[in-house]
Amino acid sequence: MASTISSVPFTGTSEQEAKLKEIIASLKDVPGSLMPVMQQAQDIYGYLPIEVQTMIAEGLGIPLEKVYGVATFYAQFTLQPKGKYNISVCLGTACYVKGSGDIYEELKKRLGIEEGGCTPDGKFSLNSCRCVGACGLAPVMMINDEVYGRLTPDAIPGILAKYKD
Amino acid sequence: MENVNIKINGVDVSAPAGSTILEAARLAHIEIPTLCFLKDINEIGACRMCVVELGNGKLVAACVYPINEGLEVKTNSPKVLASRKTTMELLLSNHRRECLSCIRSENCELQKLSKELGVENEGYYDGVKTESEIDDSAVHMIRDNSKCILCRRCVAACEKTQGIGVIGPNNRGFDTHISSAFELGLADTACVHCGQCIAVCPTGALYERDYIDEIIDAINDKSKHVIIQTAPSVRAGLGEMFGYPIGTNVEGKMVAALHRMGFDAVFDTDFSADVTIVEEANELIERVHKSLKKEEVTLPMITSCSPGWVKFIETYYPDLIGHLSSCKSPQQMFGALAKTYYAESIGKKPEEIVSVSVMPCTAKKFEMGRPDQSAAGVPDIDYSLTTRELGRLIQRMRIKFNELPDEEFDAPMGMSSGAGTIFGATGGVMEAALRTAVEWISGKELQNLDFMEVRGTQGIKEATYNVEGLGDVKVAVASGLSNARIIMEKIKAGNPDGWTFVEVMACPGGCVNGGGQPQVPGYIRNTVDVRALRAKALYDDDAKDVYRQSHKNPAVIKLYDEYLGKWGSEKAHHILHTSYVKRTVNKPLDELTTK
Repeated sequence: MASTISSVPFTGTSEQEAKLKEIIASLKDVPGSLMPVMQQAQDIYGYLPIEVQTMIAEGLGIPLEKVYGVATFYAQFTLQPKGKYNISVCLGTACYVKGSGDIYEELKKRLGIEEGGCTPDGKFSLNSCRCVGACGLAPVMMINDEVYGRLTPDAIPGILAKYKD
Repeated sequence: MENVNIKINGVDVSAPAGSTILEAARLAHIEIPTLCFLKDINEIGACRMCVVELGNGKLVAACVYPINEGLEVKTNSPKVLASRKTTMELLLSNHRRECLSCIRSENCELQKLSKELGVENEGYYDGVKTESEIDDSAVHMIRDNSKCILCRRCVAACEKTQGIGVIGPNNRGFDTHISSAFELGLADTACVHCGQCIAVCPTGALYERDYIDEIIDAINDKSKHVIIQTAPSVRAGLGEMFGYPIGTNVEGKMVAALHRMGFDAVFDTDFSADVTIVEEANELIERVHKSLKKEEVTLPMITSCSPGWVKFIETYYPDLIGHLSSCKSPQQMFGALAKTYYAESIGKKPEEIVSVSVMPCTAKKFEMGRPDQSAAGVPDIDYSLTTRELGRLIQRMRIKFNELPDEEFDAPMGMSSGAGTIFGATGGVMEAALRTAVEWISGKELQNLDFMEVRGTQGIKEATYNVEGLGDVKVAVASGLSNARIIMEKIKAGNPDGWTFVEVMACPGGCVNGGGQPQVPGYIRNTVDVRALRAKALYDDDAKDVYRQSHKNPAVIKLYDEYLGKWGSEKAHHILHTSYVKRTVNKPLDELTTK
């Protein structure tokens, strides 16, 4: 299995680090503190890259694998950052029967990332979701708060091109 | 403790309160199959192989279910048998079944149980298999998750026995698999190469990197002079692969087998263990004398024979590596002498010698590649095999091991003292060192050579010896890296117990229970002290030895007289000593190699 280290460079600040260390210090000796520390770390950074998980492991005095095992067990944790533009493709029933699976595959191909991934330049991230309440426009995807409906795979390059900067 | 009365298969059984059904059944000599269960370290009731039926018809895991008064248990009801069989069939559906060529064939707990449970169609539930890749990044071992059954024994050995925890379950549900953080290869983790994960694995998912083919090529290369050394513990473990009871010393047959395979010389690591002792005792005395003169010196001195332990201290206590003896391990001392002293004595260049070792250890495969382990300008060791590899090599060469006569090691590096032999057991290095150091310090011949206080398989042992000319000397012995950590925390805190000399071996019980020894199935491991049985083979050997102190081994005396000069001489230092490096637990990202 290929390494799951995010290809997006880590841009954590010293303020974020100080905040995380403070949280670790306050919870270090509390039994069962790993999950709360991880949740608050994700609140600070938006995701749990190896740099952050290593800080947690070293701060709590536990193996990195222990942190990683928990991070990959629970769906609430993510190893990848959200891109500047987060694309969410609806795979709910209505969208799916209208071909949103093909849209999703096209996006994966175009962006070169998998579900939950983020392009190395930090620009686009890709996720699936279940129903955004616009079934009449199926198949639907959202880029940040913008909704795109009645999609075909051919339309994808043009839409992505709008997000140049 | 109070006893509780229960009924198992209609028979009255009385067992101590707090016992599990499994323990109570054992008292009544009723066998319940287990698979994931490892006493003390992996009691998680995960595999469901040990299910039994209660009076109310419920199936429960016997390994974790506590007994209570009046409990009725059936261990072989139709419901139980059907459940175990189905569980096994489901396990097999996600297991890459290649039993004909699998390294664990005939020694596989899954295979054995499957047969015993009456599985008729091993592919009954076949469907999609969990995706996996082979991790061969580490120098010492391979992980093939396609054969993993997620019993988590390896995880328990790494985390609980060794206190390291570089492997664990990642992801969830059908995607669950055992590997390291961020799916990095083992080579990029703080793995110390001890191989305890391999020792407890019930299937062929974990195994050592195998060099049997290379050895066969070397033996048949007429331009090479191929020599082999065997560690003390190999003779106490190898027999298990040929049907001998655990703890049988098969030294003579092992030597005979090696002679027949065509090695040019068959030598004994016990010899270089003796050399290790004279160098280490000399170093200890030097440090103690310096300390008496109030010179700056690091005490306690800690042994450096166990490469898993050495990597552990380098990784977890890098600021304390000054405590390590600078002595190479017996494997490396042997290799260094083979390519200098021995090569010169037979008129060969170091490059013409192929130096092979057989070790109860997987970390030796890592140690041979460390820096500062090439006394003659070429690596001291060319191949390091485990006891298991030697067993397989003997089988490959179709040698009828059990019918061999007993033969003796070759001269000059086959001669050893009993002190060298007991190196394989926890406390053995300490005892061997004391047999020499105490005599050298007091200047008087030791009357009693048995230091019983440091024997036995307890994880941590302490003793105080009154040494004439020095007073009370306090020593400590630890085996298993979780125990080593306890010792190291004390040393870090200023050594409050005043230890002068400390022995640490990475594997619990010492090398006899090393990660390269023949695998002992869980159902035996859980009921028999394998470490004690194998160690006894070594202590019995020692008791019979003519020479029982390393410095009295005539071959060692000759080595120093003819070649090295005095113990601790400059030449001895050049050939027999090494240096250590500081490491980090989590590698910096730019140093990762398996991304």
